[in-house]
Amino acid sequence: MAAEHSIAPLPGWAAATLLPLLNLLAAFAVSGLVIWAIGESPLDALKFMIYGAFGYGEAVGYTLYYATNFIFTGLAVSLAFKCGLFNIGGEGQAMMGGLGLAVVAIGLDGLPAILLVPLSILGAALFGAAWAAIPAWLQAKRGSHIVITTIMFNFIAASLVSWMLVGVLKAPGSQSPESPDFPEAAWLPKMHELLAGIGLEVGSSPLNLSFLIALGCAALAWFFIERTRWGYEIRVVGGNPGAARFGGISVSRSFVLAMLVAGGMAGLLGLNELMGLQHRLIANFTMGYGFVGIAVAFMGRSHPFGIVLAAILFGALYQGGAELAFEMPAISRDMIIMVQGFVILFAGALEHLFRPQLTWLFGRLRAIGGTGV
Amino acid sequence: MPPALDVDGASMDSPDAGTSASAFAIEAIGLEKSFGPVRANAGVNLALRAGSVHAIIGENGAGKSTLMNMLYGLYRPDAGEIRVFGETRHFGSPHDAHEAGIGMVHQHFMLVEDFTLLENAMLGFEGGALLAPQKIAATARLKELAAQYGLDVPMDTKVGDLPVGLQQRVEILKTLFRGAEILILDEPTGVLMPQESEQLFQIIDALREQGKTILFISHKLPEIMRIADNVTVMRQGRAVAERVVADTSEAELAELIVGGKVAREAARSGAASPTEILRLESVSLAKKKDAKETLSDISFSLHQGEILGIAGVAGNGQSELLEVITGMRRPTTGRIIFEGEVVADANRYADARELRALGLGHVAEDRLRNGAVAVMSAEDNAILGYHGSARYARKGILDRAAIKSDCAALIRDNDVRPPLPGLAFGKFSGGNQQKIVIGRELLHSPRLLIVGQPTRGVDIGAVTRIHDQLITMRNEGRAVLVVSSDLDELMAIADRILVICEGRIVGEVAAEEANERNLGLMMAGRRLEDVADGPGAGNGC
Amino acid sequence: MSEFYLDILILLDSTLRLATPLVLAALAGLYAERSGIVDIGLEGKMLGSAFAAAAAAAVTGSAWLGLLTGIGASVVLALLHGWVSIHQRGNQIVSGTAINITVAGLAPTLANHWFHLNGQTPLLDGPARFQVITWPWVETIGAVPVIGPLYAEVISGHSAITYLALFTVPLAAWVLYRTRFGLRLRAAGENPEAVDTAGISVYALRYKAMIINGVLCGIAGASLSTALGAAFVRDMSAGKGFLALAAMIFGNWKPVPTLMACLLFGFVDALQGRLQGVDLPLIGEIPFQFTIMLPYIFTVVILAGFVGRIQAPRASGIPYEKE
Repeated sequence: MAAEHSIAPLPGWAAATLLPLLNLLAAFAVSGLVIWAIGESPLDALKFMIYGAFGYGEAVGYTLYYATNFIFTGLAVSLAFKCGLFNIGGEGQAMMGGLGLAVVAIGLDGLPAILLVPLSILGAALFGAAWAAIPAWLQAKRGSHIVITTIMFNFIAASLVSWMLVGVLKAPGSQSPESPDFPEAAWLPKMHELLAGIGLEVGSSPLNLSFLIALGCAALAWFFIERTRWGYEIRVVGGNPGAARFGGISVSRSFVLAMLVAGGMAGLLGLNELMGLQHRLIANFTMGYGFVGIAVAFMGRSHPFGIVLAAILFGALYQGGAELAFEMPAISRDMIIMVQGFVILFAGALEHLFRPQLTWLFGRLRAIGGTGV
Repeated sequence: MPPALDVDGASMDSPDAGTSASAFAIEAIGLEKSFGPVRANAGVNLALRAGSVHAIIGENGAGKSTLMNMLYGLYRPDAGEIRVFGETRHFGSPHDAHEAGIGMVHQHFMLVEDFTLLENAMLGFEGGALLAPQKIAATARLKELAAQYGLDVPMDTKVGDLPVGLQQRVEILKTLFRGAEILILDEPTGVLMPQESEQLFQIIDALREQGKTILFISHKLPEIMRIADNVTVMRQGRAVAERVVADTSEAELAELIVGGKVAREAARSGAASPTEILRLESVSLAKKKDAKETLSDISFSLHQGEILGIAGVAGNGQSELLEVITGMRRPTTGRIIFEGEVVADANRYADARELRALGLGHVAEDRLRNGAVAVMSAEDNAILGYHGSARYARKGILDRAAIKSDCAALIRDNDVRPPLPGLAFGKFSGGNQQKIVIGRELLHSPRLLIVGQPTRGVDIGAVTRIHDQLITMRNEGRAVLVVSSDLDELMAIADRILVICEGRIVGEVAAEEANERNLGLMMAGRRLEDVADGPGAGNGC
Repeated sequence: MSEFYLDILILLDSTLRLATPLVLAALAGLYAERSGIVDIGLEGKMLGSAFAAAAAAAVTGSAWLGLLTGIGASVVLALLHGWVSIHQRGNQIVSGTAINITVAGLAPTLANHWFHLNGQTPLLDGPARFQVITWPWVETIGAVPVIGPLYAEVISGHSAITYLALFTVPLAAWVLYRTRFGLRLRAAGENPEAVDTAGISVYALRYKAMIINGVLCGIAGASLSTALGAAFVRDMSAGKGFLALAAMIFGNWKPVPTLMACLLFGFVDALQGRLQGVDLPLIGEIPFQFTIMLPYIFTVVILAGFVGRIQAPRASGIPYEKE
């Protein structure tokens, strides 16, 4: 009987919760070693980070503000992944989304907010979607590996946008590569302003309406994948392209569709960063959020709800990290980037690192439980 | 301990068995191997006389591959002993088998396509850190081997650019180059055209003449009669009989393979109606324009209340025929007419989903390759192909309640175990997977069901159930087309059997007149007229 | 005429210099992929080595010790990626991305801790930096018309690493196509099962490939901070690892064509530096953002346009599992 226990697979709930948790702990432990090595106390650092991320209203606002970015990019990675595609072009898609948003917001200056905001959002989604659809189409029709093409598209997007920002979109009189300010009608309201409107006082932070839009997108993504015919087809293609042909599903169409939706999600990053905070298009506003989306998607097990949780975790890491850098001068923002890297390594690439040990442990527990009864 | 060669009462033919160990190249004694609850090899005994060609024959799943993989070091036996030239060996890896002088030509070649013959042969046997000094000697050795055994292969072409027949020669040359004295050939003719097969047999003759020992796995009787000295018959994981080929007949072997079981009692009742449900008119399929056709000029029709079987050696166009009829691939030329409606020709092409909506169901021949999505739940798999129908989707939104209740019905009606709609398809056993994919089609009462390999990898209990379901469909006046590599299955359930060879229909026999012999010969490409011991129609290969 | 000729020579000179890290990193990627491991972490390994090399050179005052340290750091990262890909059968794309991000954060953190220069290392000079090597008789040969300036401007006057990089290309071709190790390596990337059944360990081959990968990336990174530049600066690899990956694909996973691709990319880079602010007749000023994206566009076009003719090693990116 003991032998049977030892080969029993890990329960699903344990694989979904304990494994990511262990991975996260491992990433923190390694990060803690680095912090210790540069002569700071890892425990103090952790305390500062947790307080900095959740300790007071303003901090929570910042955490959720960063989380908003990660929800968008995490969804962008996971929606493509559902179709079996590895989208590491979130960065470029977000960049192009920002461009689309800026073109609409500046080009249609004069429209009232009620029109300008939705149109700008549409512009962002469309540009992001189009930028993702090209690699998808190339993969479907020409077999060009989507990992490579999306990487290349990241660089092309970055160059394209910075060219626009020193050319047609350049703000008059400005020395840095940035566009003129968006008309105020294209600004998204801050959450603390909105809440003040209904009599709630919260700390001021850049958290804006985009957060709710991001949550809405997560819900929509879930509905799209789980409850619509197209989502079903995408899952079939991702699970077994051979079965797709059997079921009369076009693989190429699903590729393009999945990447359109994924690119659209990434494109919305600009809502938070540009419409919510900067109110103009600036070069490099994507800040690597697209790449972190890979970790968010993996940690969230490609499920929209999991992605929201993972995004909040990464948001806390960003915000807590910023506070930490303020409290501990030896630690800079760079350290936070490193921690993210470790989280991606352990939670993404080393997903199953602790599976054998955990499986063994559960086997033992069951064996003990079995003899006890 | 002398090998116990007395199996199932069939006495061993060789009088000197066990007296001189070195007379045998390989002796397997009581080999056991189980995978989970399945006993793939249950005490298999085998003795290969040195310098002979020894065949192993049996149905799919009889345990041939498991036995081969143990002899080649890929699997470790749970129990039993392997002796090579009288010496007991324990193989931890194929490399150990190599060292003992055993080489294997796999069904899927172990070749680096990007390499030439020379590079493939030298891999792992380079003879030094630099290639150049060894290449001359290796080339000479390969040329010598090629001349010795009549293995003519271009030396400087990448093997990926060679036709399959030549790739196989590369594999044989490679194993000889690496010093194999015993060659295991796993279904070597499965991928070959008949004339290529004959060339292979000449090579095998040459190998035998020069003292090599060959273990030849096959399920084709005629080629065993042609090439082997001895034959071991396997059934359900056991070596059930051994014969000297000269002293046996195809008929006797055929009976041994199936275990002398009487043909299943077909519960077919009533004759086929004259109403045609499906007609193929000169259907051809080619990968590209002007390329070799995988299907050529196929015409036949199928009527209501009829089960039509398609028999043939694997790789002769059956898979393509299934794909063309079910809308997975568009025929290059020709027309397909389903219930009077043209569903595929130059102007129109109905895809799989559209055909299902018209009432043409499809059970894929390889459920895990393209019949289902292993990582998705049974419930999600239960609608594959029907997911766009009004029953499950309105304006693109799936109706979960309808899907749930249909899946529950599917599980109940087909006795799927465990009855868990949320369980991933891949976690069900083979038989239960097949119940799900067949149940999925039956749920929509198709008027024509196209089934590939209805009972492959399915346990005995489920086989009967599946056959009953197909026969019931037929008796209700609907129609079934079955492609199977199991001739018994076809003879048991089909009304008529068409034989396909090299992408052409080479003959047709009514179920009553079908037997292993006439089907087998036609499958090998012989015309029906040459085969027939009774009247029948034949349009030749 | 002679001024135009000199212009061309100066351009070629910069091409060689700018192509140096690309050649090394692209070959690193080539070894990994030929063995069956996809490596998009070239960027991170270069950056890691650039930092380690600059830091060690700053502390010891020796560029060569810096180079060794850089190689050491890069090999550690390469083996980490190898372990994830080979033994843990993790996702190789994610692993590469993780290494890129981790190093981007770790390197400036350590730089800050040790040198307090806002994430940079101290400026290197003298023996702490790879100096250009002036070839013998430059004065004399340089005076010869046509060939002379070529010798003086293009051939002479590079750092040791550039010459080393040029040497690694024929070396790679020799190793891959003329040695036992190369034969096995290529087989492991094409059909690991064939390698396994020939009694050779696929795992060991892939680890060896990753060590070579680490060494080459290490030299590439050191060239950034101790030869081309004179200190480690945050994000100084600036996408060169991805560019090298593109060059490797452009070169169809073959050493000499990969060198050509690197030289082409280096030339484009040199040209944009040269053309900056220059008003060309008819075309006007070419914005440098355009020239920057040219290599990436080339790569996409190659991937899209040469289907079948461009073939990645068949088993690359797929973890090998023994039966």
